[in-house]
Amino acid sequence: MAQMNMKEAIRDAMRVEMKRDPNVLIFGEDVGHAGGVFRVTEGLQKEFGEQRVIDTPLAESAIGGMAVGLGVQGFRPIAEIQFVGFIFEALDQILVQAARMRYRSGGRYHSPIVFRTPFGGGVKAAELHTDSLEGLIAQTPGIKLVIPSNPYDAKGLLISAIRDNDPVFFMEHLNLYHAFRDEVPEGEYTVELGKANVVREGSDVTILAYGLMVHTAVKAADELEKNGVKAEVIDLRTLVPLDIDTILASVKKTNRVIIVQEAQKSAGIAAEVIAQINEHAILHLEAPVLRVTAPDTVYPFAQIEDQWLPTPARIIEGVNKVLEF
Amino acid sequence: MSKIPYEVYTEDVEALTVLSPDGEIINKAKAPDLTDDQLKELMYRMVFTRTWDDRAVNLGRQGRLGFYAPVSGQEATMVGSEFALDKEDFVCPGYRDMPQLVWHGLPLYQAFLYSRGHQHGGQIPEGVNVLMPQIIIGAQVLHAMGIAMGFKLKQQKHVAITYTGDGGSSEGDFYEALNYAGVFNLPVIFFVQNNGYAITTPFAKQTAAKSIAHKAVAAGIRGVKVDGMDVFAVISAVREAAERARNGEGATLIEAVTYRFRPHSLSDDTSKYRTKEEEGQWSEKDPIARLAKYLEKKGLWTEEDTARVKDEAKAKVNEQIKKAEQTEKMTIPGLIDSMFETTPKHLEAQKADFQK
Repeated sequence: MAQMNMKEAIRDAMRVEMKRDPNVLIFGEDVGHAGGVFRVTEGLQKEFGEQRVIDTPLAESAIGGMAVGLGVQGFRPIAEIQFVGFIFEALDQILVQAARMRYRSGGRYHSPIVFRTPFGGGVKAAELHTDSLEGLIAQTPGIKLVIPSNPYDAKGLLISAIRDNDPVFFMEHLNLYHAFRDEVPEGEYTVELGKANVVREGSDVTILAYGLMVHTAVKAADELEKNGVKAEVIDLRTLVPLDIDTILASVKKTNRVIIVQEAQKSAGIAAEVIAQINEHAILHLEAPVLRVTAPDTVYPFAQIEDQWLPTPARIIEGVNKVLEF
Repeated sequence: MSKIPYEVYTEDVEALTVLSPDGEIINKAKAPDLTDDQLKELMYRMVFTRTWDDRAVNLGRQGRLGFYAPVSGQEATMVGSEFALDKEDFVCPGYRDMPQLVWHGLPLYQAFLYSRGHQHGGQIPEGVNVLMPQIIIGAQVLHAMGIAMGFKLKQQKHVAITYTGDGGSSEGDFYEALNYAGVFNLPVIFFVQNNGYAITTPFAKQTAAKSIAHKAVAAGIRGVKVDGMDVFAVISAVREAAERARNGEGATLIEAVTYRFRPHSLSDDTSKYRTKEEEGQWSEKDPIARLAKYLEKKGLWTEEDTARVKDEAKAKVNEQIKKAEQTEKMTIPGLIDSMFETTPKHLEAQKADFQK
C-alpha cells in the first residue's frame, strides 16, 4: 500500500498497464515530455519512451482519429483531451467513430480506447475547462462512462477501462486531483466497471452522487446525522452502464432519494437515474426523487462558481424536501 | 532555401499524364512497369466496375439496392490506385469508394448488403485490410493516419491509403490528418478524387487554391497532381508514394483530376449544375476507352473481350445481389449484442423486450 492522491493513482494505473501490455499507448497534447498540464502522465515518457507516450500536435479530432486507427491496428490507446470543453472538437471521433466501430463492422473491428479528460468546477479555471459534459457522452450508445471520486477507485477503474475492449470515456475531476491522499494498493487490481459503491450507509434517505459531489454529499450527510437523519450516500462511479441494482436496493431500504449532480439540471444523468427508479421501484417511493444540480445556464464565470455549484446546504434542503413530502 | 518564388502557390500545377487520350505513352519515365497479364487484369477490373455501376444504378431504381454513390468515370482512380498496392496495405474509403474495397477483397454481395443497410455488409473478412465506407467526410482520412501510425510503431512496411473528394479537402479533419502525417512522418497516401463537384458545388467554391495538391504544402508533405482519367498516371503516382512511404519517407497527397459521368447519388440531378457540353468533353477522356486503345494496339484486348467481361460482370452482379437478398435478416437482439464485447445488463433487459 502507498499513500496516493487521485492524480498519482491515475498515473500509477497507466504505469501498471503499460508495463503489463506493450500495446498500451498514451498520447495527447503535452502528455509526453511535460508529463501533462496536470502532471498526470509525468515520468511515463521517460520510463516507456517516445514510441509509447506521444506528444501530438494541437488537434483534438486528430487525437481521436489516431486512437481509432491505432485501435484497428491492435493497440490500446489512452488518448487525453486536455480539458473537457475541447472534446467538442473530437466528438465525431469519440461518439461516432469509436463508439460505433464494433456495431457498424458487426464485430470485425472494435475500439479498445480510453479517452481521458479532466473536468469539474471549483478551481476558478478559464472558460470551457470545467463543464460537466457527461450527459452528452451518456446518451450515446457504444461508449462507457466512468467518473471516479477517490484515488483507490480511480486506479482500479482506470485499469478496468484500459482492459475493456470497448471505448471508455474517463472523466477526472480537477478538484479531486490533489484534494486528499488515500491508501492505494501497489501493482494491479481492478474495480469493476458498472458497479456503484455505497460510501456511507444510512436508512432514512438515499443520496446518489458521482465525482466531486460524492464528497459534497458526504458533508451533507454528516450534517444531517447531527439532526438524527441517517443518509445513505452512493457513489455511482460508472454512469454507463449504470448500476441500477445497487441503486434499487438502497431505494427499497430508504424509500426516499435525491440525486446530486454538478451538471446543469435538464436532461442529464440525474434525469436518467430518476426515470429508471420510476420504472423499477415506484411503489417503494414515499416521495418523488428530487434533483440537486446546477442551474440551466452556461457554466458560470469563475467569480460566481461557488454559488452555482451544488453545496451541502442545498443538498440538505433537498433531503428535507423529500423527508417532509 | 527553395528557389521557387512565392508566386508559385497561386498558380496551378501540371497534372501528370502518362497515357494520352489516343492511347499513346507520352511519358515513358513515369510509365508503370506492368506485365501483359497485369494490363489485362487492370482492363478487366475497369470494365467490370463500369458494368457493376450500370447495374447498381438500375438495381437502385428497382429498389433492390439502397444508398449508392455512382462511380462511372472514376475507374482509373479507383481501380488503378488499389491495383498499385499490396494486400497488406490498408484502405480507408469514403462512401463512393466501394470498388477499392471489392478489389481489395470485400465480397461483392457484402458491398450490396452495405448498400441495402445490412450489418453483414460491414463485417469485413479477416485478412481483407479495409474499413467500411465512411459517411462522415474527413473522418476516414484521420483513421488512415492512425492506421499508418500503427504500421510505423509495428515497424511494418505497409501503407495506408484513404480516399476523399474535392469537397472533403475543405474539412478540418482532412487538414489535421495531413498535418499529423507530416509531423510523425507516417506511411500514408491521401488520395483525393477531384471530380469537380461536391454534390452541386463546383470545385471553385470549395477553395481559392488552384489545386488540392497545393494543400500538402501546409502540412509539409509531398503533394502531386495526376490526370485521374489516366490509369497509368494513377498507378505511377500511387506506386511512387507507396515506395516512399515504405522507405520511411512519409506521406503523399495525390490529387487525381477526374469526373463522375453519373450524378452524385441516385437522388441527384446533374442537369441543374452541369452542362451537356461539359459532360461531353469529359466523356471523351473516358479512362476505359483510353486504356482500351493502348491495349488494342498492343494486341492485348479486343471489343469481344469487353463484351465478354460485361457479360461476366452482369452474371456476377446477378448472383451476388441474389446472395445479398438471401442473407439472413437482422434482429434487434442481434444488433444489441453487437454493441459491446459483453452486453451490459441494461441492454440484456432491452433485448428481452424484443425477444417476446
